[in-house]
Amino acid sequence: MRLVKLVLAAFALGASAAPAAAQQAPLKVGFVYVSPVSDAGWTFQHETGRRALQGAFGDRIQTSFVENVAEGADAERVIRQLAAAGNRVVFTTSFGYMNPTIRVAAQFPDTIFMHATGYRRAKNVGTYLARFEEGRYLTGMVAGRASRSNVVGYVAAFPIPEVVRGINGFTLGLRATNPKAEVRVIWTSSWYDPGKEREAAEALIAQGADVLTHHTDSTAVVQTAEERGIAAIGYHSDMSKYGPKAHLTAATHHWGKYYERVVAAVLDGKWQSDDVWGGIKDGMIDIAPYGAAVPEDVRRLVDARKADIAAGRFNIFQGPIKDQDGKERIAAGSVMAEKDQLAFDWYVEGVIGKLPK
Amino acid sequence: MGDLETLAAILIATLRAGTPLVFAAIGELVVERAGVLNLGVEGMMLVGAVTGFVVVIATGSPTAGIVAATAAGAALAALFALVALTLRANQVATGLALTILGIGASAFIGLDHVGTPISGIAPVLLGLDPLFYLSLALVAAVAWFLARTRAGLVLRAVGDSHDVAHAMGYRVLVIRHLAVLFGGASAGLAGGYLSLVYTPLWVEGMTAGRGWIALALVVFAAWRPARVLVGAYLFGGVTIAGLHAQAAGLAVPPQLLAMLPYLATIAVLVVIARARWRARLDAPAALGRTFDPPT
Repeated sequence: MRLVKLVLAAFALGASAAPAAAQQAPLKVGFVYVSPVSDAGWTFQHETGRRALQGAFGDRIQTSFVENVAEGADAERVIRQLAAAGNRVVFTTSFGYMNPTIRVAAQFPDTIFMHATGYRRAKNVGTYLARFEEGRYLTGMVAGRASRSNVVGYVAAFPIPEVVRGINGFTLGLRATNPKAEVRVIWTSSWYDPGKEREAAEALIAQGADVLTHHTDSTAVVQTAEERGIAAIGYHSDMSKYGPKAHLTAATHHWGKYYERVVAAVLDGKWQSDDVWGGIKDGMIDIAPYGAAVPEDVRRLVDARKADIAAGRFNIFQGPIKDQDGKERIAAGSVMAEKDQLAFDWYVEGVIGKLPK
Repeated sequence: MGDLETLAAILIATLRAGTPLVFAAIGELVVERAGVLNLGVEGMMLVGAVTGFVVVIATGSPTAGIVAATAAGAALAALFALVALTLRANQVATGLALTILGIGASAFIGLDHVGTPISGIAPVLLGLDPLFYLSLALVAAVAWFLARTRAGLVLRAVGDSHDVAHAMGYRVLVIRHLAVLFGGASAGLAGGYLSLVYTPLWVEGMTAGRGWIALALVVFAAWRPARVLVGAYLFGGVTIAGLHAQAAGLAVPPQLLAMLPYLATIAVLVVIARARWRARLDAPAALGRTFDPPT
């Protein structure tokens, strides 16, 4: 529906600007989203990036998107359609699009494919990922100073390295401002079950948590915190409108600047397949504006740490880091290797409970 | 927080988690008692959930939302009745199609409301909401209706042998239509409970398989209303206890817990597949069979 409207709008634009733009047709750029755009969450952040991209290049490019595309056979069909429709660049924004993207890319060697969060590349397929855990670390610092009970609840979807990395980053930040605080994790075994996410949040509150955060796709955890009068930290997007009082901040993703860099490289003919893992420094990761409940000194502290990360003076996974049993895993003065970060399968000190394997 | 409070929190959460299952399962129980198998529960729940949610956004009235959710479920059930009863299509295929239709239609209707915050229905008594108490009343009413009223007896007769019921002069198709509409209304209410009380939130596919669990529950309960309650709270309790165990730091594999309700269902299905046990379980004999009125 929306795609059709967009395409029509683009045609109308093209028609009116025809004499001026006669020298070159706009570069067509397509996006594939795993869920509906809605107004918060993973897909919403990619859509915000697409809008920024369109705004930055104006009528030099023409973007379109297909939302709510299931991972699997459907995805391959949609990606192929976008390529066949003349899109020179196609961004596929979910991990499960990896194999469909690679398959379609082999059939369209002149089209450039960019796959988010994956690890398979080809001559015309690049990958990109963000250091979500840098945002997690900063929000953990905020949580550490907000908790009175020293128990922070974390509703998580699946025990995969990306989520575990987030939990560990958050916990390290939390303990940096409150060494007595601990993190309790509940796994919901689903990215998207608002009913279960709410029950998990309630269970954590019953265990004494007075700050909640989540690595799931709905806003249920923030809403539960708001209703129960405790604090919450959002994920993906600024979720303050779901918890005006509860929302302290959120670890947020920002793809717009990166999309602009990719498209600029394509327009200049300089694009090459590569693997980008960007963080705060690259403008891919940030935190949402602080809620009213966050005191001035905490804001200053966290902002200073953010500046340190951006300037490369601080790495959130620099030693000394101990695991749950108190054993030192990363020695003082060294930084955890990136390949180990990508395969994280242990909890840092401060996380309660065993990591399901 | 004290142990007693934690226990109370677990208990209340269990009852809340079980309530949508109670609504959906008690409706389907009546449908199956009339000899009709409607596999479209998940779809009817979703349409009920989204309709109730949209109506609350439009009117601000939770009561209107609940009524709309119920009506929407019944409307989708009417479509099932038309295809599977009046036009005599295969019930299993029609029910599955109804689920797929419901998933798509609800996603389409709710497109602009994903994640919109609303104020849900608040608890009134002992930390539980009015609809929870309604669900108890509904189960009691259905139990009384099936066991103690003449109409209930007729409905069960239709479910056991539509030919005999027809020969005795009962209007089989009318009774089955009414049963299917009741089932749809209950499923719609179950969906409304999810989107207006339980979360309260609309997101696509938010029933997350609860319609299928409700279907399994009917079998698990051996078509007896009181056992639906037991089963629903058991299923709800397993989930909630698992979450609390995790929060307490106990090592419970979440994947195992996610699997349990379905494992119980398979066990029951294996049991009732044996004809001798099935008779003892009192399954409706004409379940899923199409009724062709002799002309």
